[in-house]
Amino acid sequence: MANAKNNLKARHNWIKNIVAVVTSVFFFAPFYIILSLSFKVRGDRSSHWIFPSSPHIQSYVVALTKGNIGTAIINTLIVTVFSVVLIILFGSIASYPLARHRSKLNKFILSAFVGVMMVPPLSVLVPIYRLMVSLGGINTFWGIIILSTTYGLPMSVFMFSNFICTIPKELDEAALLDGCSQFAIFPRIILPNMMPVVSSVVILTGVSIWNDYSFQLYILQKPKLRTITLAMSSFFSEGMTNLPAAAAAAVMAVLPVVVLYLFLQKYFIKGTVDSAVK
Amino acid sequence: MVEAKLKRFSRFLYADPRALTLLTLPAVVLFSVFVVFPIISGLNISFTNWNGYSQSYSYVGIQNYKDLLFNDSVWTAFRNTLVYGLGSTAVQTVLGLGLAMLLVDKFFLRGVTRTIVYIPAMVAQLVIGYIWYFIVTYERGALNDIINLFGVSPIDWMSKGNRAVLIIMLINSIAYCGKTMIIFIAGLESVPNMYHEAASIDGASGWQAFRHITIPLLLPAFTTSLVLNIIGGLKMFGLVIAMTDGGPGYATHSLSSLINTMYFANQRAGFSSAIGIFSFIFIMLVSILLRRYLEYKDQQYNG
Repeated sequence: MANAKNNLKARHNWIKNIVAVVTSVFFFAPFYIILSLSFKVRGDRSSHWIFPSSPHIQSYVVALTKGNIGTAIINTLIVTVFSVVLIILFGSIASYPLARHRSKLNKFILSAFVGVMMVPPLSVLVPIYRLMVSLGGINTFWGIIILSTTYGLPMSVFMFSNFICTIPKELDEAALLDGCSQFAIFPRIILPNMMPVVSSVVILTGVSIWNDYSFQLYILQKPKLRTITLAMSSFFSEGMTNLPAAAAAAVMAVLPVVVLYLFLQKYFIKGTVDSAVK
Repeated sequence: MVEAKLKRFSRFLYADPRALTLLTLPAVVLFSVFVVFPIISGLNISFTNWNGYSQSYSYVGIQNYKDLLFNDSVWTAFRNTLVYGLGSTAVQTVLGLGLAMLLVDKFFLRGVTRTIVYIPAMVAQLVIGYIWYFIVTYERGALNDIINLFGVSPIDWMSKGNRAVLIIMLINSIAYCGKTMIIFIAGLESVPNMYHEAASIDGASGWQAFRHITIPLLLPAFTTSLVLNIIGGLKMFGLVIAMTDGGPGYATHSLSSLINTMYFANQRAGFSSAIGIFSFIFIMLVSILLRRYLEYKDQQYNG
């Protein structure tokens, strides 16, 4: 009886493994194509499916020198790191009162923030661009950082305040009784308990700023300041005659996020699940 | 006198919970300057004929909104936005659920497959678009190479507007269904095993168990992925820019990419702003209705 059940399970797993191979091939195919193309020489007319017998790296050299992908990666890193730090700082301190004291004012602030999560950045393109021109924020890192921070805040406030609700209120009350000032409760009691959700917010907002195209497109117009998505789009529109170099640029654009994901897979998955709960 | 005031103030800071709202100040200031103010000023610009760069412009009343009603490219973009949003939601739900069912229980290739399916979900829309360009492009596209093996002559996939819209929607679904899959896997893992055991003791078939146990218990996961996908589809921008730049003509624009084109390429800032206000109101309406509906559902199940 038990044996028959095991046999059935083993057969099931065989089928599953086969389906899994087909699925993986399907989902990996686009990446395989840019990899194989990126190692070809310019003018190679073989099918994209055929990996070159002697791989060349000259396309990568072209993408780095002409496409400035290296500078772009550094620029993107600067924008992402500063924005994420500000998002965590402002988002976490704002969430504490919003989650703990459900006054009318606080409820209003929270619902205004959460409402903005839905707003597509492009719908305010014209006024934002105009505002940034008058503030002198075009072609500056602070301009893009301040916009990325503002539009990343709602997500962090949403996730932080949801999480703070799960921390027992008795902890706050005990601290107050022990003579802790109410402003000291957050850094001493709440913040140390928040580390799991901080990692999720860092990954979620970090990935979305790293991948942003809309705000970066209006603010960073100088070639020197280009981020990855901007460098990719200008390289693609100028250089469609050199397909392997375009593919190499795509590989280098994808690589940092994928490598980070492979190392921190657990946190990426957790972040996605955390953001989706309710 | 001053001392008493200071004392009261310090007590307010020390123990009155209302004082804590001060902690929201940095966020609220950023929010007011870079979200609320632009929305108001966008509304103002939408009543002008501003071209986006000159110093002078004049108010034209509701002319831009009238134009919007009779402009074919706006309606096409609106229809496309719905296709991108709703179509992606449907396809991603089916794909994500199928993948989650396949990859929830342990077997040899489970981990690797999960990783590979999820990787594209980490990649920017714009970059996904450029990668798929090599697949659907006419000349030596990877897809045409495959159909060529079966003797079919190459097809110019993105040359017809409606077909291109469907292809963009499908690419969006395939690239980002990893997120939906993860949400469903988390949902499936939270379904207690005893329900399935009880069902199999009672002689329920696999389909019956799926229909009457798995699906109802996955409802929360369905609704969250629904909200995420609808909003995500409505915000579609980078993928459209990378794959077609809105073309041929204006056939594949989403509202977001149309706003961008109207402003920077056509220099109709007033009109572009009106489309922005329109899409803002539309998305707010959708999200409010969705939230109402979910609250109503929630009450039905729990109340």
